[in-house]
Amino acid sequence: MSLDTATVRRVASLARLRVEEADLPRLEAELNGILGWIEQLQAVDTQGVEPMAGGGAQALRMREDRVTDGGIQEQVLANAPDRAGAFFAVPKVVE
Amino acid sequence: MTHPTELTIAGARRALAAREISAAELTQAHLDAIAALNPRLNAYITVTPELAAAQAAEADAALARGEAGPLAGIPLAIKDLFCTAGTRTTAGSRILGDFVPPYESTVTGNLLRDGAVFLGKANLDEFAMGSSNTSSAFGAAENPWKRQGDDTALVPGGSSGGSAAAVAARLALGATATDTGGSIRQPAAFCGVSGIKPTYGRCSRFGIVAYASSLDQAGPVARTVEDCAILLGSMAGFDPRDSTSADVAVPDFAAAVARGVKGLRIGIPREYRVEGLSPEIDALWRQGMDWLRAEGATLVDISLPHTKYALPTYYIVAPAEASTNLARYDGVRFGLRENGEDLKDLYERTRAAGFGDEVKRRILIGTYVLSAGYYDAYYVKAQQVRALIKRDFDQAWAQVDAILTPATPTAAFGRDENQDDPVAMYLNDVFTITANLAGIPGMSVPAGLDGKGLPLGLQVLGRPFDEETVFAVGGAIERAAGFHALPALRAAA
Amino acid sequence: MSYTIEGSTGPWEVVIGLEVHAQVTSMAKLFSGAATEFGAEPNSQVSFIDAGFPGMLPVINRECVAQAVRTGLGLNAQVNLWSRFDRKNYFYADLPQGYQISQYQYPVIGTGQIEIQLGDGSTKTIGITRLHLEQDAGKSLHDQHPSKSYIDLNRSGVALMEIVSEPDMRSPEEAGAYLTKLRQILRYLGTCDGNMEQGSLRADVNVSVRKAGEGFRTRCEVKNVNSIRFVMQAVEAEARRQVELWEAGEEVVQETRLFDTTRGVTRSMRSKEDAHDYRYFPDPDLPPLVLEQSWVDSLKAALPELPDARRARYVGDFGLTPYDAHVLTLEKETAAFYEAVAKGRDPKMAANWITGDFFAGLNRVGASIGSSPVSAEDLGALLDLISDNTLSGKLAKEVLEAMFETGKAPGLIVEERGLKQVTDTGAIEAVIDQVMAANAGKVEEYRSGKDKLFGFFVGQTMKAMQGKGNPALVNELLKKKLG
Ligand SMILES: [Mg+2]
Ligand SMILES: [Zn+2]
Repeated sequence: MSLDTATVRRVASLARLRVEEADLPRLEAELNGILGWIEQLQAVDTQGVEPMAGGGAQALRMREDRVTDGGIQEQVLANAPDRAGAFFAVPKVVE
Repeated sequence: MTHPTELTIAGARRALAAREISAAELTQAHLDAIAALNPRLNAYITVTPELAAAQAAEADAALARGEAGPLAGIPLAIKDLFCTAGTRTTAGSRILGDFVPPYESTVTGNLLRDGAVFLGKANLDEFAMGSSNTSSAFGAAENPWKRQGDDTALVPGGSSGGSAAAVAARLALGATATDTGGSIRQPAAFCGVSGIKPTYGRCSRFGIVAYASSLDQAGPVARTVEDCAILLGSMAGFDPRDSTSADVAVPDFAAAVARGVKGLRIGIPREYRVEGLSPEIDALWRQGMDWLRAEGATLVDISLPHTKYALPTYYIVAPAEASTNLARYDGVRFGLRENGEDLKDLYERTRAAGFGDEVKRRILIGTYVLSAGYYDAYYVKAQQVRALIKRDFDQAWAQVDAILTPATPTAAFGRDENQDDPVAMYLNDVFTITANLAGIPGMSVPAGLDGKGLPLGLQVLGRPFDEETVFAVGGAIERAAGFHALPALRAAA
Repeated sequence: MSYTIEGSTGPWEVVIGLEVHAQVTSMAKLFSGAATEFGAEPNSQVSFIDAGFPGMLPVINRECVAQAVRTGLGLNAQVNLWSRFDRKNYFYADLPQGYQISQYQYPVIGTGQIEIQLGDGSTKTIGITRLHLEQDAGKSLHDQHPSKSYIDLNRSGVALMEIVSEPDMRSPEEAGAYLTKLRQILRYLGTCDGNMEQGSLRADVNVSVRKAGEGFRTRCEVKNVNSIRFVMQAVEAEARRQVELWEAGEEVVQETRLFDTTRGVTRSMRSKEDAHDYRYFPDPDLPPLVLEQSWVDSLKAALPELPDARRARYVGDFGLTPYDAHVLTLEKETAAFYEAVAKGRDPKMAANWITGDFFAGLNRVGASIGSSPVSAEDLGALLDLISDNTLSGKLAKEVLEAMFETGKAPGLIVEERGLKQVTDTGAIEAVIDQVMAANAGKVEEYRSGKDKLFGFFVGQTMKAMQGKGNPALVNELLKKKLG
């Protein structure tokens, strides 16, 4: 599998990364280099192998239903690049 | 007496307890060393002298009261991937801007609980993605070691390059680090210090900026195996705030260091004799085998047949997880914001300006391998191969108690080398990456020098939650190697 | 005859499936310890986890899982002992992590079914495809500033159950009945408060149309409809739109739409136009959700009685009509009220009074069962006064009216107003004697065979007694005296 320019553009948009048109060929080549190298995995026989998701525990631990957090409005907002009172602010979104 | 920056953590603890030195003096000696050398080495992104002095004063008071914690007054460097309450945390990225977390990571919280002093935040590859510490938005860190008769700036390895460089150059007695594919062990090897990535789940990930959640593990870098054991003993432990944290007791790691290897079966995986392995490293590996045999261990040839697929597996799994872990950096709640015509434009400009090239590359790869139509071919396939890699180790543990391999395929390289081809750079992690995929502990111990006088490391791998055996083997190698070479750039040299 | 939409080319069948987002009733959020209460100050119920801060990790709330399991059991559904959380990746201002933690491939609850009640008394079984747990997003306010949207993350991370039905519904009525029944079950279980105005229950309505005997045609999803009435209106509006498109020779495009409640039409959602690729994958921060069968069993054993079972019991044990049983079980609170009144009394009598004069009284004073000025205890006491002949039915109605107005106990009202029924035979006989004396002619007519006059004497006697005569005694004594 290899990426074409349109796919690189689409993937960049999905990832919300602005890519200048001039940079597309370089990116396309780099990504194809990596993907080409990754391609060797297809040689591994994985028939019937259960995919391994994580390295850790096999089951979730559950916590009790108690309010132990929140009530830190100012700290939550303190790093915001733009805020309006107790809200975060972003350019207007049209639904 | 020895210059304070030359102390080991174990030695400093004795000196502090005996009141031969105060925590304030020990801390000041390190702050002075940082002031002198950091402008050159760039091992720290942020230095926090006032905070360190205050913590040292507290440690002195605790020592005077006889209530000192096990790390009271020990000055450490904290990889700038650990959130530290009130101290800027950057992850080596522009996108975090001047982010000051109002919370403390569990691991650094544990160290503070035990009385440690934080000198500052150590440099790293951006978001811990890299093997050279050249992708940091705050400039590359430099390896304090030099090739003989050659002043070329060498990389300290990565991503925990700042941590390893700081410890090697005597700018800290020890450091926290994280390892997703080798980011503790490879820089430790490049800088001639020790480092251990414990079992996945041993250290809490709470408060550590995530790169690849199923692989990330915190661990220490220090100048001796014993010092690593002391630090890990403090950093580790069950944390209910991390669902992947293991609810298991923390043994006395330091006690295991002197245990010896008599009767242990040590596996030598034939697949690690890779193409392009430097003859010097191959020779060091054989030397390591001889040392362990001489100490009473039995060497066993083993096979880890899926080893060669570990790197490509990693370069699917890690970018996939990273691509979504890094989605939160969007310029809305914290960090950098670049304005745009609309929200999407704001996101795209913010992320384009905030992330460096390697991070972008991995986000794009990760987004692609998870996208519709490719998920099964890439991501599920990689998870299956990951299961096979883990199975290789599970089978090996039936035969052996630990595994010995080289830590890296080469010694530290020049800053400008290996930069053109991302895949060539990825090969640095060929020996370390399997431990992350399998979730097992791995330690790098300095064991010798190459022909140009640069340090080389050996790696010890162990069973899940059997760091004690890893420390025992590491300790034996350390004693046998008698590695006392010093880097060209260091405090009080 | 089944519901169809008449187009120019003939009748069209409507196919409807619902995805309902039900807010789980819990103190704290699904993956953080922040509170879930409605209506708090913006961003005051937000942890760093809910705001997607660096290094923050999710830890699951046991009660939210228990609520999902209870709901699954209430929907007669398969409880999956092994399930998993996946990340659903997309960027949105009120989605702080850049992904929603949801369950995609392996939901905690699998297939189930519920029975809905329709207006003509019939029932229909609707299939449940799945139920999964997921995080809610925050809230965007678009009308506070000319060029900005404001973000409040209080809701971010609150646990939701997404309950997906099979496309088994065929009319707006069925869609309404399904949502009514689902809401009823959730409220009985206490797993969701069902409050649609506050957004605790929101429906995505999938609608398509087809000619009889066809397979499914393209469907559209009408997002976030927040009342049962609007769901029914949205189905009709969307179905009509699609019929018009097909009949005009155009295609229905699969898309998400919004229901404009003021204009009664659906419109395309611009923000969702962007083709999505959610890149679902297992959340590496969360090991699988593994449940013990014994835990599921203990939750099952502790389940409250559900509407269907309760309705059946009211018909079978209490002898109520299916209609009364349905009405009394619609709301959990009504059923509890009814059972309190009926306890130790005639259950049919209790049902008649509640569905009749009591509901009318509530209506009149604009109260709900929760805010009723008449308690179950007082209504029961009123029924006791009827049973022991203190009050006639007619007087009892008067007393109930007074109870609604004053909130006083029936005994007190009877005393204050002297409404106590007369059961003293001597007193009744004395009145009867007066009535007979005053109507001697009619007594003659009655005695010569004009039986119909009996009612006249009853009426005159009761009138003379201001309605307080015990009707049975009045009848009995009149018969005796008239001969
Ligand atoms: Mg939906
Ligand atoms: Zn949903």
